[in-house]
Amino acid sequence: MKTEKTVTPKKSAAASMQTGADVLVEALIEQQVETIFGYPGGAVLPIYDALYRSEAEFEHILTRHEQGAIHAAEGYARVKRKAGVVLATSGPGATNLVTGIADAMMDSLPLVVITGQVATNVTGTDAFQEADFMGITTPITKHNYQVQSSYDIPRIIKEAFHIASTGRPGPVVVDIPKDISAKPCFETDQSPFHLPGYHPTFKPNPIQIKKLGEALKKAKKPLILTGAGVLHGGGSDTLKKLVERFDIPVTSTLLGLGAFPGDHPLFLGMAGMHGTYTSNMAITDCDLLINIGARFDDRLTGNLEHFAKNAVVAHIDVDPAEIGKNVPTHIPIVSDAGAALQEMERQLESGPEDHQAWLEELHYNKDAYPLWFNNPPEGMTAQWAVKKIYEATDGDAIVTTDVGQHQMWAAQYFQFTRPDRWVTSGGLGTMGFGFPAAIGCQLACPEENVIAIVGDGGFQMTLQELSVLQERNLPVKIVILNNQALGMVRQWQEEFYEERYSESLVSCQPDFVKLADSYSIRGVKIESQKDFEEQIGELMSYNGPVLIDARVIQQENVFPMVPPGRGINDMVGVKP
Amino acid sequence: MKRIITLVVQNRSGVLNRVTGLMHKRQFNIESISVGRTEQEGISKMTFVVDVEDHRKLEQLTKQLNKQIDVLKVTDLSEKAIVARELALIKIVSNAGVRNEVQGIIEPFRASVIDVSKDSLSVQVTGKPEKIEALINLLRPYGIKDTARTGLTAFSRGSQPQSAELTQYSLLK
Ligand SMILES: Cc1ncc(C[n+]2csc(CCOP(=O)(O)OP(=O)(O)O)c2C)c(N)n1
Repeated sequence: MKTEKTVTPKKSAAASMQTGADVLVEALIEQQVETIFGYPGGAVLPIYDALYRSEAEFEHILTRHEQGAIHAAEGYARVKRKAGVVLATSGPGATNLVTGIADAMMDSLPLVVITGQVATNVTGTDAFQEADFMGITTPITKHNYQVQSSYDIPRIIKEAFHIASTGRPGPVVVDIPKDISAKPCFETDQSPFHLPGYHPTFKPNPIQIKKLGEALKKAKKPLILTGAGVLHGGGSDTLKKLVERFDIPVTSTLLGLGAFPGDHPLFLGMAGMHGTYTSNMAITDCDLLINIGARFDDRLTGNLEHFAKNAVVAHIDVDPAEIGKNVPTHIPIVSDAGAALQEMERQLESGPEDHQAWLEELHYNKDAYPLWFNNPPEGMTAQWAVKKIYEATDGDAIVTTDVGQHQMWAAQYFQFTRPDRWVTSGGLGTMGFGFPAAIGCQLACPEENVIAIVGDGGFQMTLQELSVLQERNLPVKIVILNNQALGMVRQWQEEFYEERYSESLVSCQPDFVKLADSYSIRGVKIESQKDFEEQIGELMSYNGPVLIDARVIQQENVFPMVPPGRGINDMVGVKP
Repeated sequence: MKRIITLVVQNRSGVLNRVTGLMHKRQFNIESISVGRTEQEGISKMTFVVDVEDHRKLEQLTKQLNKQIDVLKVTDLSEKAIVARELALIKIVSNAGVRNEVQGIIEPFRASVIDVSKDSLSVQVTGKPEKIEALINLLRPYGIKDTARTGLTAFSRGSQPQSAELTQYSLLK
């Protein structure tokens, strides 16, 4: 997360008359910021003016809604493993960011969110566009600051980036009153920051790794669970080496996909509510569960009474508070996942002595109970479409999703063979995330294929960002898996509310092709397998943005599934 | 179970909000809070008495508190030998006639009269919460006009006895 390069801040035209905003811009340059996602307004006018005057080569991405800005910054942060930067005005600008801040907090994404605030002389008077953003964001930030004096700006910005991107990453808000950014600033605190209360553990305790090594030797049914911590810690290569050396099967959380190659023979698929039968049974039956960088979220564990009851549980997490929070842990290891994996590689001499039968059992399950779906001759299913996108791109793409059925199908049928290519809203489950996140990914990785797989519902929550594609000609491929329904809601109503489809069937929607056209974006509607198969290759390699309105069968459900409240061994819809 | 938890914090704006918000979010019941400066500039100390369901929840609480950037140190004093005190001010209805009587009641508590007016009398008392409770109960028949309590503040004793002897020192059984 740290870069070696140092940049000498460029002086603004009248360096002697620097404003607080100029100081802020310099501090951002010092942090090697390249891209800012934002939206202007009254309280940040001085900052926008400083950006305008600055000679720094910032790219400012003007999204068309602050929510779009922050989700784009999240996508950027996820694939670049670097803090995303967001700028918005006070009051409504700031409150429009709240969903994204909460999302980044849940999924541990590093963000530095800079908001304007009303001037200090009217703070607390319910002034125009005043919202108590410290109060609002305290529970959903890793940390937040309100700048009291421009003197503190350089130190606070250094601290904010450090806090956001080290330890367990997360969002940090810096709220800056308008007078502080507008007024001249004569003196600044350039001292290195001092955070006496913040010392995230990075390296594991070697004794704990030794214990883990001993447990591994004895294990007859070992299993590794990967979470996003492996990605944050850059541990994928070490993980693969270890796994292959000791033949340990691997399952993953939703957010951990890509930490270990999805097409590897030792990979069992995702676990949890819509995980594979093999993975869920492996968790249920294993005698050693090594959780690397996952937080045992309830969508993974199902009913805790039935979760990994036969296992010695080892949990590697950079956040000590996650260890033992949901699942009793026998071998706690507080560490960055990458550092822990390296220590394992260094220490562990031999793997499980007797786990051949276990591997055979899992391979049998994988063959006998794979993911499956019906493929009727008429029409097209979303699962089939995801598979075809995967094939058409050879899996070589960054995929973002929204939240709903399409998200689960993308997780199930797109196999991620490399880290940092899967961007989805897991913890908060934020509809409207996928498309703007794809914009951030494309800006972070201009050379990569970026595909936003979204539902017709979620896409309509943030589709105004089509403007950004148009303006910058970003070659994002949007695939709307259009079932004319809030599919996941419809599925739950079918399964658990006796098919009372309350407000979930939405046949009234825009003509998405015309919509794309109005933004000068190529739009294509596809209704049959034949057309999809014929066109998908060309569409995916088209040199520019594309929107595909893929009409899919509405009645499909995501299976297999752990019904709410049940143990993960208790799945419905497993391949008969 | 009741626990006494002290936090040493950097005295920055929003830190109390962060700490109490966290307790609220994770559903810990706060019985009392006291906050004050320490001998070190910019450093404050908070003392919380909280009601926690079990040890796992307690561990969550201390870990979550430790995670806060402005929290420097979290100590669970509950299992230690400690000195813990609360201060209370109690204003009762009184006239010249009962003053002596009241004096007699408060004396064993080492409480003192800190304000007297024509029809009221204010008492200051320091001690463990039970002692304060007991004094309030004794004064109740005279008619209590107002009370103000600081909430508990505490720290560990200079020397810690063997764990077997702890219960007799511990404030919260
Ligand atoms: C902002 C927000 N509002 C509501 C929900 C609840 N929700 C979860 S999935 C879903 C349906 C999503 O529909 P669509 O985007 O069409 O995707 P599909 O499930 O059909 O693939 C809803 C409403 C949510 N996750 N996020």
